[in-house]
Amino acid sequence: MHPAPSLIIFTTLSGLGFGLLAWLGAGALVPTGWVGFVFYALGYGLAGAGLVTSAAHLGHPERALKAFTQWRTSWLSREAVLSVGALLLMAPHAAGSVFFATPLPVFGWLGAVFCVATVFATSMIYAQIRAVPRWHHWTTPALFLAFALSGGALLSGQITAAALLLALLAVVMVLHWHFGDRRLAEAGSTPETATGLGFMGRVRLFEPPHTGANYLLREMVHVVGRKHAVKLRVIALLGAAVLPALVLAALPASHLAAGLAIALHGVGLMASRWLFFAEAEHVVGLYYGRR
Amino acid sequence: MTSLPEKTDKKLGLVIDLDTCVGCHACVISCKEWNTQGYGAPLADMDAYGAHPEGSFLNRVHSFEVTPDEGPSAVVHFPKSCLHCEDAPCVTVCPTGASYKRAEDGIVLVNESDCIGCGLCAWACPYGAREMDPSEQVMKKCTLCVDRIYNDNIPEEDRVPSCVRTCPAGARHFGDLGDPDSDVSRLVAERGGMDLMPEQETKPVNKYLPPRAKDGLGETDVLAPYLDPVTEEADGFVGWLDRALSRI
Repeated sequence: MHPAPSLIIFTTLSGLGFGLLAWLGAGALVPTGWVGFVFYALGYGLAGAGLVTSAAHLGHPERALKAFTQWRTSWLSREAVLSVGALLLMAPHAAGSVFFATPLPVFGWLGAVFCVATVFATSMIYAQIRAVPRWHHWTTPALFLAFALSGGALLSGQITAAALLLALLAVVMVLHWHFGDRRLAEAGSTPETATGLGFMGRVRLFEPPHTGANYLLREMVHVVGRKHAVKLRVIALLGAAVLPALVLAALPASHLAAGLAIALHGVGLMASRWLFFAEAEHVVGLYYGRR
Repeated sequence: MTSLPEKTDKKLGLVIDLDTCVGCHACVISCKEWNTQGYGAPLADMDAYGAHPEGSFLNRVHSFEVTPDEGPSAVVHFPKSCLHCEDAPCVTVCPTGASYKRAEDGIVLVNESDCIGCGLCAWACPYGAREMDPSEQVMKKCTLCVDRIYNDNIPEEDRVPSCVRTCPAGARHFGDLGDPDSDVSRLVAERGGMDLMPEQETKPVNKYLPPRAKDGLGETDVLAPYLDPVTEEADGFVGWLDRALSRI
């Protein structure tokens, strides 16, 4: 799949933002006044920036409001509804904390639940797609949730929780690659099943239907990004999980240590999300002799 | 609404005969010609006279080489368009309700004025049947020529999809695959019509008829044994050379 920058930025920023808001809503940290303003501005800013970036991926962003209507069937619509719900439900808690030094835990907890549900809905947009076997697996929601919760813990300064969640994240990342590398074979889709011609012999593309590019090839048969997959996996694992955990364990708690851990986590998160798209094989590639 | 209908009254679709298709791409051209006018946004071409022309098409013809364990390979021309699946994953993922399957005849369509161009339906389709129009930024797909098949203003013989009407080899058939007595259903039963990627569990309505077995090469001619070379050994200079070299 094409690792579109708008999708990578959207899913990483909104994941971090909703992760941070979930920790704030759950009352792990109850900042008030200006400190509270900075935390909530960061949470709302990240989540909001992610949602605005996602609109940039649309061909017709002016019709985006229609995407709130089909929550009964569509995970993308559910994500839209849940994300706005999370931001609205969290608002009384945030405003109470920042302006009146009066947190409203009921709204905080409700908002936190909606934040986690939003991240889950985002992950299900990908996990529901059977035509991309690597995504169509429980490790996809696990990966998105582990990233959001560990990133949120880092941003909200939950050192113990962050260290534990980063360890969990490392395990989930490895599992996602471990199962992911086998998913296409397990799905059983081959050029033979794609054409139905397996009963005659081995099937190979003889001549493509068009000599130029097209939407399908650009969007779904993106193979260039896989060239440095192994190196990127190492960068993702070290950056997102291992090094931040070591920083938290080795350095005394300070803004500098937290900033370093968050920066490393961000680099690893970007690398991981790039691979999430670039390594995902869409079965339509079988019609083009590519994976 | 993006939920799929429980059942459809008809299952209109195509039956494509891979034994008969000659790979001329006439269906591709006639499809583009009909569907770039009339229904919805035109099918754009970008950089049409430049170095990298491309455009949106609703139907494309691939060609595959099939190599058996023994014997010569075969080339199979393979037209591919929307299969109007019963369990169409492209419909349920749509966040706006633009993508829908009609309860009356099973045709899968896009309401272009509701399409936000997110592309998720194209991701959900295993067959690559949907393409985003590069100019209009809305999703385009085969409509089964819904503006021809019910059109009382055109002669009756033209009330079939444009690709079916134009195919010079008669490799494309249109009809109700939900009716077991229809011509297309009987054809599918007789010829062993098959689904593409059944493991994706989309239950395609369109069926493909497999190529028939070809005659073996076998003995080329009953007189072949009498056509063996008569001269066993060369004579003259070549014969001398052969004998001389053999002795070395």
